[in-house]
Amino acid sequence: MNGAQALLQALIQEGVEHVFGHPGGAIMPVYDALYDAPIQHYLVRHEQAAAHAAAAYHRVSGRVGVCLATSGPGALNLVTGLADALMDSSAVVAITGNVPRALIGTDAFQEADVTGATMPVTKHNYLVTRADDLPRIVKEAFYIARTGRPGPVLIDIPKDVQLEAFTGAFPERVHLPGYRPTEEGHPRQIEKALAALEEAERPVLMVGGGARHAHAEIRAFAERTGIPVIPTLHGLGAFPGTHPQCLGMPGMHGTVAANRAVQYCDLILGIGLRFDDRVTGRLERFAPHARTIIHVDIDPAEVGKLVPTHIPVVGDAKQVTAELAAGARPLRLEGWWRTIRAWQEQYPLRIPERPYLQTPEVIRAFWEATGGEAIVTSGVGQHQMFVTQHYPFNKPRAWVTSGGLGTMGFGLPAAIGAQVARPDALVIDFDGDGSFQMTLQELATLVKYDLPVKVVILNNGFLGMVRQWQELFHARRYSEVYLADSNPDFAKLAAAYGIPGVRVERREDLAKGVDAVLGTDGPVVAEFRVHHEEGVFPMIPAGGSAEDMIVEDPREEVKA
Amino acid sequence: MRHIVSVLVEDHPRVLTRITALFARRGFNIESLAVGRTHQPGTSRIAFVVRGDDHTIEQVEKQLNRLVEVLKVTDHTEPHIERELALVKVHVAGLEERLEIREIAAAYRARTVDVARRALTFEVTGEPSKVESFIEQLRPYGLLETMRTGAVAMSRGVKALKPREKEAVREKEAV
Repeated sequence: MNGAQALLQALIQEGVEHVFGHPGGAIMPVYDALYDAPIQHYLVRHEQAAAHAAAAYHRVSGRVGVCLATSGPGALNLVTGLADALMDSSAVVAITGNVPRALIGTDAFQEADVTGATMPVTKHNYLVTRADDLPRIVKEAFYIARTGRPGPVLIDIPKDVQLEAFTGAFPERVHLPGYRPTEEGHPRQIEKALAALEEAERPVLMVGGGARHAHAEIRAFAERTGIPVIPTLHGLGAFPGTHPQCLGMPGMHGTVAANRAVQYCDLILGIGLRFDDRVTGRLERFAPHARTIIHVDIDPAEVGKLVPTHIPVVGDAKQVTAELAAGARPLRLEGWWRTIRAWQEQYPLRIPERPYLQTPEVIRAFWEATGGEAIVTSGVGQHQMFVTQHYPFNKPRAWVTSGGLGTMGFGLPAAIGAQVARPDALVIDFDGDGSFQMTLQELATLVKYDLPVKVVILNNGFLGMVRQWQELFHARRYSEVYLADSNPDFAKLAAAYGIPGVRVERREDLAKGVDAVLGTDGPVVAEFRVHHEEGVFPMIPAGGSAEDMIVEDPREEVKA
Repeated sequence: MRHIVSVLVEDHPRVLTRITALFARRGFNIESLAVGRTHQPGTSRIAFVVRGDDHTIEQVEKQLNRLVEVLKVTDHTEPHIERELALVKVHVAGLEERLEIREIAAAYRARTVDVARRALTFEVTGEPSKVESFIEQLRPYGLLETMRTGAVAMSRGVKALKPREKEAVREKEAV
């Protein structure tokens, strides 16, 4: 057995069934071993897609996603995907080849200091110097990736280590004296949190991506207490979006009710969220009336990092919420709910009446046609924010998007990872014309493995979010955001890959278009031509607070 | 405020890079840094001096604790011993200066480690402020070269920097 075969054996012992990757010189022994291994490899056309697919695989299934790349350019192409996984806490193990040990540090062909380059974008990384270390390192890497706050771990293996004779053992345990995530919340802190809740008159529960595996407990706690629930971007689905206690997303493009509730609450119970600046806006003006902030997170470094925390609870969201739910009593919140209902009635999420097809209509049409049963991925931009507003996620692990890093081009690779993790599920990638073009080469991957992903491009002919900011903050000086003059014919592009294409330009054809997408077996690329100057509202300008919210599109009239 | 922080780490390649990169990435400035092996095989101990308010230092500690190879972190706010070593080479203009310099060195209990006709080199240890003061006393004579190790620190009494008690041995988990 050589190092590469030992690596595969170790992966199999970790339960790995699927990996995403792209071969190259320095990883060839691993690909050679893969040829005989009971692991399905998905050949992507750019390594970045392998990392995104692996991240989505984790987010949808809860299992660690695995990606493979060769040395130098291959490994460095993973960097964006790893950074994305780190920011959004996705458990990924990345395996990269490197040049033989004797060549390391000599600027050899396709050499890069990959452990050095990925140090800031991984939870941990390894440079393997002996084949015999591989099983231990693989075991540790998977353990580190999936426990505590999940994250990416990279294993860099020189080519000669892959070929070296393996005489080592496969350990059953990991021994990491410096790594000990705290999973059980401190009972006294939980008691304090419950006591503070009983005293609160206007509490809110904010849930983030760290609570996605705690949906049952979140729901039990919320229904028992009657507390308003505000899921963040990654928390969408951790609590049902159509539940009457759900106020929708907070922050820059959040609902008026959610932002007002945070603005006027006297207590925040935050579970598994990290108070990102897109959620808080200007920190000094965030939740000015909140006398108590309770922050539940498995990563102690997040607690108190940005928002002063009065009751920190370091622990796993599922365990802590279960204990909170067990100890909670119904709260008297009639007055608080009356206030919230008034905001909701005054400022519902509206689709403006306009003579042309708008992105939210397309998203709602898909929601209605699928009954919300799909797994949804997205690119980054206006379309992504429209999904958060108009697609109420009722189930956990059904929404995969790039939040922390905001990686354009995330949608299609993520849809691939999601579809591999859930072969029977309907997977829809809502994408922008700009975002889609950053990783569109992955249409090839859809074809190669007949992954029935539905790519829904919301084409407004612009880098829409940048355009919106230029409109609001740069006097409509639309610098380098116009795409329509050079966009491809997306249906023809799909056809070039042998994928059916659908195009809808008018509102009258919307329902037919949605039916065509959902009625096609196998992959589809659908282009919905939406208006080029749509804006996402409500909006809190960057650096502002909930008081600065722009509720509706400030333009008096938009010409079709 | 000045803080001296001790970190016990697993003695792996790049562990120092991880720590310093973490500081650089988060905009914390390291004033001094001292590293060496401990009596326990496989572990090293780092002492660094940083300036910052309590919130900043708390962040430093938390971020350090996130690193897989970090076994223990302590901010020495309790009674502790702090020492630094410096080599100081000073210019000697003539006999009169030589006598004066030797007198200063004696006052600081600095050891003469090298003697030349136009230069004297001393080894001085003590609290960083003492080292600082010694260097300042010699400055008027013309400093040729100085090298400081950076502060090292230890708690007083029986208290010692040890890995957290519970051994992190995990049972094989079902995936």
